[in-house]
Amino acid sequence: MDRLKKSPWMLHYDASSCNGCDIEVLACTMPRFDIERFGIINTGNPFHADILLITGGVNAQSAQVVKQIYSQMPNPKVVVAVGICACTGGVFKDCYNILGGIDTVIPVDVYVPGCAARPQSIIDGVLKAVDILEKKKEAQTHE
Amino acid sequence: MTRVLSLILYLILAPFVGAFLDGIDRKITARMQGRKGPPIWQPFYDLFKLFSKQMIAVNSVQLLLNCSYLIFLAVAGGMVFFGTDILMSLFILSTADMFLILAASSDSSPYSNIGASREMMQMMSYEPMTLLIAVGFYLATGSFRVDEIIAQETCAFWMMPGLFVGFILIMAIKLRKSPFDLSTSHHAHQEVVKGITTEMSGPTLAIMEIGEYYEKMLLLAVVALFFIDSSIISWILGIVLCLGVYFLEILIDNVCARVNWHKLLDICWLITLLCGGINILILMLI
Repeated sequence: MDRLKKSPWMLHYDASSCNGCDIEVLACTMPRFDIERFGIINTGNPFHADILLITGGVNAQSAQVVKQIYSQMPNPKVVVAVGICACTGGVFKDCYNILGGIDTVIPVDVYVPGCAARPQSIIDGVLKAVDILEKKKEAQTHE
Repeated sequence: MTRVLSLILYLILAPFVGAFLDGIDRKITARMQGRKGPPIWQPFYDLFKLFSKQMIAVNSVQLLLNCSYLIFLAVAGGMVFFGTDILMSLFILSTADMFLILAASSDSSPYSNIGASREMMQMMSYEPMTLLIAVGFYLATGSFRVDEIIAQETCAFWMMPGLFVGFILIMAIKLRKSPFDLSTSHHAHQEVVKGITTEMSGPTLAIMEIGEYYEKMLLLAVVALFFIDSSIISWILGIVLCLGVYFLEILIDNVCARVNWHKLLDICWLITLLCGGINILILMLI
């Protein structure tokens, strides 16, 4: 039962990031790090995605979008918060418009800290998420 | 007997061979881009995963339409492998595509509707050439029937090189390769989200992918049809040239930037008119 593990498709959403983490996420898909070697495709479609990768803290505008994208993804699904802003709100935590980390809106499975998070740690986080995806699938079938 | 056998082999093996070729495609593409690339069996992993996912469907008719797409493609390919009418097979092929367009238009997502209208634009571009190829086979060999085409003394390619060039072009559209991948945005994942497949999730998408594998094998069979004659060596040559053409499509995919639909129509109809039209004209005169 490792069918999920070998082909996790990823959806990247920028909640309110400064683009630092986004560039690192894109660097993962480039030849140097090539995340596709794990079968991971950076798809732009929540209907196809297994992993939701979010950068930046949630603000009043993006909260609805994050919730909607999460609800559109088919089960089983995992959420990876990339960068310190997505984990806790980071330096923007006390801003009037920031609600905080991604976990204030939807459940987060893996936190990848860093400002910006390095591609190596993003890949590491995504692969940890893949294991959690597998466990979620097993839990689902046992229910 | 061999006809029934080849039909059964096609219906059983086509998805597997198609997925395997897709895996090789992804590996070669990655190497051309200086990446390591996914394992060769990646398309199988993808299919397994898609079948184990939850199915979210806005519209339950979508699954039915996708199944129709798959079945019609299997029928169209089966006709070629059974050795019957190629003209009928190509007509069924375009009918199958209509089901995909219906599946994409059956929900309200603007992205899948854009994908559907682009797919129709693509059909408009390659349909004349498809028809001319069937006519070309008739003029070159005197029959629409596949078993009679492959029983000829000399292969059809020498009579219809222009049509072969045209077929390579429309194959690039059918395989959703880069200069013409308007409707699914196969490589640029975020462009029209996922075009025609935007609202398809899990098993529905997997069924569509399997349909694509049947289509791929059908197209490669038509490539082989250009080269196969009554001798045994031509069969080996046909298979080798199929792989050659497939590699050429991957190369085109990687070196070309995408065109818009105006350009797509211009290129396709120009080549249809030049290569296909002149070829047919010569065939009719001699």
